Amino acid sequence: MRMKACRSVAAVMMAFMFSGCDLVVFNASGDVAAQQGDLIIYSTVMMLLIILPVLALTIFFAVKYRESNTEASYDPDWDHSISLEVIVWCVPLAIIICLAGLTWVATHRLDPYESLPRISAETAIDENVEPMVIQVVAMDWKWVFLYPEYDIVTVNEAATIVDRPVEFQITSTTVMTAFHIPEMAGMIYAMPGMQTELNAVLNAPGRFPGQASHYNGAGFSLMNFEMEAFETEAGFEEWVETVREAAPTFDRAAAIALDVKSIDHPVEYYSGIGDGLWDRMLNLCLAEGTICMNDMMMVDALGGGGLDGLYNREMFAGICSADDPWALMKLIKPEMAARSEQLVKAIIPPIPGASPFQSLTTVE
Amino acid sequence: MTPTADIAPYGTVAGPNDFYVIDDGKDHGPHETGTILGFWLYLMSDCLIFGILFAVHAVLGQNYAAGPAPADLFDLGDILIATFALLFSSITYGFAMIAMHEGNQRLMTIWLLVTAVFGMIFLGMTLAEFSHLIHIGATPMASAFLSSFFILVGTHALHVMAGTIWLFVLLVQMQTHGLTAENKRRMMCLSLFWHFLDLIWIAVFSFVYLTGVVL
Amino acid sequence: MAEPGELYPTAGALVADPIFGKLTWGVFSFLHDPIVMVTFIGTVILGAVVFGLLIYYRLLGYLWTEWFTSVDHKKIGIMYMVLATIMLIRGFSDALLMRGHQALASAGLVGYLPPHHYDQIFTAHGVIMIFFVAMPFITGFMNYVMPLQIGARDVAFPFLNNFSFWLTMSGTVLIMASLFVGEFAATGWLAYPPLSDLTYSPGVGMDYYLWSLNIAGIGTTLSGINLIVTIVKMRAPGMSWMKMPIFTWTTLCTNVLIVATFPVLTATLALLTADRYLGTAFFNTELGGSPMMYVNLIWIWGHPEVYILILPLFGIFSEIVPTFSNKRLFGYTSMVYATCVITILSYIVWLHHFFTMGAGASVNSFFGITTMIISIPTGAKIFNWLFTMYKGRIRFEVPMLWVIAFMLTFTIGGMTGVLLAIPPADYVLHNSLFLVAHFHNVIIGGVMFGIFAGITFYFPKAFGFKLDPFWGKVSVYSWFFGFIFAFAPLYILGLMGVTRRLSQFEDTAYAGYFITAAFGALLILLGIVAFIIQVAVSIRNREALRDTTGDPWGGRTLEWATTSPPPYYNFAFQPRVYERDALSHMKRIGVVTPTEGYSPIHMPRSTASGIIISGFMTVMGFALIWHIWWMAALGFFGALLYGIGHTFNYNRDYYVPADEVAAIERGTPYPGAAE
Repeated sequence: MRMKACRSVAAVMMAFMFSGCDLVVFNASGDVAAQQGDLIIYSTVMMLLIILPVLALTIFFAVKYRESNTEASYDPDWDHSISLEVIVWCVPLAIIICLAGLTWVATHRLDPYESLPRISAETAIDENVEPMVIQVVAMDWKWVFLYPEYDIVTVNEAATIVDRPVEFQITSTTVMTAFHIPEMAGMIYAMPGMQTELNAVLNAPGRFPGQASHYNGAGFSLMNFEMEAFETEAGFEEWVETVREAAPTFDRAAAIALDVKSIDHPVEYYSGIGDGLWDRMLNLCLAEGTICMNDMMMVDALGGGGLDGLYNREMFAGICSADDPWALMKLIKPEMAARSEQLVKAIIPPIPGASPFQSLTTVE
Repeated sequence: MTPTADIAPYGTVAGPNDFYVIDDGKDHGPHETGTILGFWLYLMSDCLIFGILFAVHAVLGQNYAAGPAPADLFDLGDILIATFALLFSSITYGFAMIAMHEGNQRLMTIWLLVTAVFGMIFLGMTLAEFSHLIHIGATPMASAFLSSFFILVGTHALHVMAGTIWLFVLLVQMQTHGLTAENKRRMMCLSLFWHFLDLIWIAVFSFVYLTGVVL
Repeated sequence: MAEPGELYPTAGALVADPIFGKLTWGVFSFLHDPIVMVTFIGTVILGAVVFGLLIYYRLLGYLWTEWFTSVDHKKIGIMYMVLATIMLIRGFSDALLMRGHQALASAGLVGYLPPHHYDQIFTAHGVIMIFFVAMPFITGFMNYVMPLQIGARDVAFPFLNNFSFWLTMSGTVLIMASLFVGEFAATGWLAYPPLSDLTYSPGVGMDYYLWSLNIAGIGTTLSGINLIVTIVKMRAPGMSWMKMPIFTWTTLCTNVLIVATFPVLTATLALLTADRYLGTAFFNTELGGSPMMYVNLIWIWGHPEVYILILPLFGIFSEIVPTFSNKRLFGYTSMVYATCVITILSYIVWLHHFFTMGAGASVNSFFGITTMIISIPTGAKIFNWLFTMYKGRIRFEVPMLWVIAFMLTFTIGGMTGVLLAIPPADYVLHNSLFLVAHFHNVIIGGVMFGIFAGITFYFPKAFGFKLDPFWGKVSVYSWFFGFIFAFAPLYILGLMGVTRRLSQFEDTAYAGYFITAAFGALLILLGIVAFIIQVAVSIRNREALRDTTGDPWGGRTLEWATTSPPPYYNFAFQPRVYERDALSHMKRIGVVTPTEGYSPIHMPRSTASGIIISGFMTVMGFALIWHIWWMAALGFFGALLYGIGHTFNYNRDYYVPADEVAAIERGTPYPGAAE
């Protein structure tokens, strides 16, 4: 009677626990997330090889060697066994070696920065199809998506085409958070002044939830968006048209207006991306009169802006995008240039006809 | 405490009476031998704090925020004088330790005072440098490089200041209690502290000032 | 869409007043928040009752002379445990609030916590549970047990020990003050900038966080130095390294980790403090600072911290399993090496906390693999405990039940940990409730179960009577099943892609899981209540539970070789050690403790300096939080001058006369034994 009651309670519990249980991690619609889910299953199985025996032995030893069981052998001074100790160190070691191999291979294969090696398990990548670039900006507390290819901007809504690789370029204009579409791929941080990347693809049509998965303040819980995957290119084009219709331009003023704190921000559309706006958001210089991070870093790489730089950093605006930053620097601050050249000459024997910072200028 | 010779070695059978130390006439006071080890451990933990500050400087030391670089700011001549003041103070502290071991309290006091004077010269010069930098606008708020510079050098200067205060406190204690074992131990700890600060300064001088200005 | 203005309620005035700093009437949060109001009234009533009772029974003076100013490592250890127990109740209340709120919010109801309050609660929960529950518990154990285990009479620096405790208390006072005066940080327990910078967290909450952790952290470092020196210098004659009990080994490794990592925390928090107070640019990207550096630095401390918490409990398990199996510990040597390997490896895994920050694949795999390697020595330890049980005679008393509960849960937590160490798996599980379930699995299953095992095991040593087994068992089962109910749903939710720290939900699909988790939290509450009842019942029945032998469990190491509770000098005669399990050896030989031939014992004197200096530092911390600069100066110079004054006290120790030792050992009162 009691057993029966127990069993029915257990059955109800199980039914409750797994009713409508959608384990996204194991049924992802994107190939990257699916591979990550498979990896979890493989490694769990591998570890269960040792975990299950340990759990079983714990219960078995606890029952068998209980005090009341005088039948069991008792050996109070037995405290050492070379062969057993070899086993207890080597069995975990063997499993960890396998896992480590798996880790190395999987981490390199699923590196979010690398472009995708395949569309899905069945489909190979088409070398001629460029990935769709989506630039993602985390603002407090909403997601802004820039489509340079289509010249549109959306807030808290994104879209793509089934089986078309997507390259997300991610940054933040405020604090750190993480960009995560569980159905599509694992997360990656969005950080101010930094660009992170994520390559992924969706293999099934549908609307998939996306979220901020790193706590970033009061509006965090509702910083969600939807990612729609269209079956066909035509469907996607239609969506792009909807966005373009009657939408204002995403110019600098619009970006500044958008970049204020708001919670549960509604979906918004913009058509036309202002000149260099992505760079301005990435380099934290949306506001008028602020120097961009890349300009600042270029000045620093050229030896700093000197004491005047303390009061007038703006004179260096745009130095990063100049053809020859070093020449521009020499123009702005001749005394700095003289000093740097003197120092460089003192250390490195001069090469006739070459700028000492040539390597720098060619890279940039 | 290491086992003494009268204890039966491991493996041999000890008798029931060998399990307690019965009036061995020795003092098992709680802090006879541990202080120096403890102080070393403290120094190592402090060294780690400096290690972090150096690491931070290595990361941020060239982020001038389009502002001044070390070459715009530092006068190596002055820094060298400060460096020598601190190096000399270490030597004079060494003389004080020798005097202490010889039991010459008067000489020790004089050397300690000389050490304090050198320490204060160093502190004065650091202070003058800071006030000059702040005056020309190169404040810790100006760039990440200046933040890490001020905090690293400032933390060192705070340590020197603490050491100097400690030195005067110890001088008073020497006057009132004489060269007792306890005071000698304190002298030893301060000595470790002082030389430690010297070492840290050498690292500051090489990594922050020299490489900063030259590179 | 909410108005931006109401998102950041700033506690306190923005501009500091010269006398009151940022303090205004508006900062007393209980005035406008019903939840805090109820807590405040409850706290005031409870405090008044306790204080009234202390006055009524004239116990204040007794507490001051016998406890607060005591330098006895046993009393300090007990004070740490009491502090940790009180803070456990606080931290757990936060957990209940969160579980309740999430259960309601996920079911489509509003819930009772607005985001700004909810965010403070999960931050406070993490900070309190790690710094003011787990840390004082393990420090308490190490303080109480380790000197007894090595046959010492106190720690190497008794005053410093007292001072460390009061610094921890100072941090606790500040963090508790944040509940009623102002607010606490709403940044998550590690307070990543830029969110924790002045721009994004202008309130005093972050300042409470910084000053309470800075002050408590200094105490922890000092205590670490103290315990290392104690182990290195004060072991009983004959106790060579490889004859030390495992708990002493784990204490040594833990304190090495403390001394080698807490300075990193101190430095990192100091940099953040400088950013907030001086306007420096360490973590300000716009002036060349690097928030990613903070994340690296804080985890260079943060990961070893995890091992700081678990290692002493591994030590306690290693004492309990042989004792209740009536058998030697299997694989002592490999246990020692495993502990040392864990200590070293714990330094080179920190990056696994942020695989998703975008480091390259090779860097990520390196840190993933080093993390997995740690599971090898940990696995070896589990096997060693298993083979200690093998061919034993296991008595299932309450401490052993905790150990079994530990082995069954911790193993699972270890497995999910290795899973999270695989970078691509971490990309999907990072920051999800799976992660939350994982670290609660190791911290509850490992640390909390270990703490309760240790408390039940060592309680008779500390107080002279055992804890009531019935309520102990209720506590074990409630915690065990409560843990399963509370965290199994979180594992599943994590696999469903639900992220952590959510206070509002857009759909109700997760309600069932969150409600189950809340039910689990209630079961854990039952476990905590059962533990409190257990202590109360045991005090009432103490005569029946009395331990007169000093060795209630059939112990194997020296802490059981003295009376329960031990006299303040621990051992009338210092023990000598020839083998591991020194007490077992003595019992085998048939050693009888001598009853005459006592000699005077050198002991340290009590001092009020620790509590007074810490009091000044608390004042300083509070004043700095509220920008009351004159009071900060008062606190700082008070602490400095009192500290200098303390060094002028040369009369710090004394000899217990042989007659007094003899009288105490015979159980007869000795005239003038107040010393």
